[in-house]
Amino acid sequence: MTDSIVPIKEIEENMEKMDTDKMWVIMGPQHPFSHGLWTLKVQLDGEIVTDAEPIVGYLHRGWEKETENREYPKIIPMADRLCYAASMTYTHLYCMTVEKALGIDIPEKAKYIRIVADEVCRIQSHLMWLAAVGTDLGNLTVFLWCMREREYFLDLNVKLCGARMTTNYPRIGGVRNDTTDLFDRDILRTVDRFEKALWDIIYLIDDSSIFVSRMKGISILTREQVANVGLTGPAMRGCGVDFDIRRDDPYDNYDKVDFEVPVLTAGDSYSRYMIRVEEMFQSCDIIRQAVQKVKALGKNAPYRIKTPSKVPAGTTFTRLEDPRGESLMYLVSDGTDRPWRLKVRSPIFVNVSSAKLQSVGTRIADVPAVLAQIDMCLGETDR
Amino acid sequence: MDANAVYQKPTVEEIAQILPAKFSAVKVVKTEERRVYATLPRENLFEVCTYIHDNLTFEHCSTVIGVDYIDHLATVYHLTNYYNGVMIELAVDIPADDMHVDSVTPIWEGANWHERETWELFGIVFDNHPKLERLLTPETYEFFPFRKSYKLRGSE
Repeated sequence: MTDSIVPIKEIEENMEKMDTDKMWVIMGPQHPFSHGLWTLKVQLDGEIVTDAEPIVGYLHRGWEKETENREYPKIIPMADRLCYAASMTYTHLYCMTVEKALGIDIPEKAKYIRIVADEVCRIQSHLMWLAAVGTDLGNLTVFLWCMREREYFLDLNVKLCGARMTTNYPRIGGVRNDTTDLFDRDILRTVDRFEKALWDIIYLIDDSSIFVSRMKGISILTREQVANVGLTGPAMRGCGVDFDIRRDDPYDNYDKVDFEVPVLTAGDSYSRYMIRVEEMFQSCDIIRQAVQKVKALGKNAPYRIKTPSKVPAGTTFTRLEDPRGESLMYLVSDGTDRPWRLKVRSPIFVNVSSAKLQSVGTRIADVPAVLAQIDMCLGETDR
Repeated sequence: MDANAVYQKPTVEEIAQILPAKFSAVKVVKTEERRVYATLPRENLFEVCTYIHDNLTFEHCSTVIGVDYIDHLATVYHLTNYYNGVMIELAVDIPADDMHVDSVTPIWEGANWHERETWELFGIVFDNHPKLERLLTPETYEFFPFRKSYKLRGSE
């Protein structure tokens, strides 16, 4: 019976006429690409993503409400826990906000030490991200090499303040302690060594077709889209927005160090990756300059001033360039020793809300590669 | 100063002059280096934000913040110009018995999740928001946990 076998040609013709349904695929909350607890619902037409909706909130613990219950200094260790991979920047931001509300100016030395600590933090956060991208795209060597380099920077944290990740180091009015003996020697050695090691990782990635073919030309965003949707940080600069808070809205002493802001206009996933790599080199430059400044101020320069425990009534906000984007804190104080309201603007909270914009039009296999550029961290997203 | 012209890099002084000249309801409270603080009634919010976006080139909405002052509530908007780093802070008072304010999501898509968060934590309703649903808290929540009337254990 030959007529029971349908010729292949006929199947193909029928397939074209066939009305295929779109399908929702739920990735997460436990999924290798999610790097934490969050869910991405993607709508698929065949293999192409047509809609996406991120679901967050599994880690919501009422951080902002909790702070209304505590004295100002007791919030510093909590600010560390907002993002474990870049804890120094959040504590720095919190202290800066309270200092601005108090109307005090901190010593020069503390400002430069904070710059050093921030940039060490930025490098280790970017390395953590690069390691995650390595595993997402199926290259375990990148993961291992990045984690190895990251350890050297965690060792610097230990040398500076005794802790590896949740450092609890900046204080309202300065920093907790002066730089330790031989810290400047160690940090310069680490940075020199790291710049050579980073080139090894770059060669490894750029020569690997599984990286390049899954990032180049994928998920192209324009400048207007990125600005409107509120994407900030390296992802924004990879899409042509020439803006860095450290340069254009400087805080502490960033206007006294010299560095370049890398900007690419291609707007694809690959250029967003390139920006982060280039930022690591720029951070090395900033560290070298800031360490020189700390050294020039001498051993006996003050690094911390005493501050009153009560903050005058009013509203204040400050912002800084987190490794992941623009962080902002808004403080409403009522004249007591506890904040009336403290709001954190987390960069990833907004970046992940643009998941639809980033992933529509790409294939389902490229979704982890595209959303890896967000550098997901749930501690600060859900707060 | 031409209030209808488009400024790509408006300075703090220009903004402090143009905004009250164009909208009499807007009051510039204070200015600092690269910062303008202003207050306005909620009826004017949408048209002022449209003007700031279109004519003053403030392309980025950093945050939408809700604050509970017990006798009234407030929403605070932080807007950024990407060409010179100037920020505008707009504060809008909302009466406690009628918590409605226009959504700015049609202007800045980046305000979307901030407004959803402010709604679920404070109960401030953003009119014309495309999807005002709970985001961080479970959908079964029947209260607004960041209001001052919601006490934490050990806070009294």
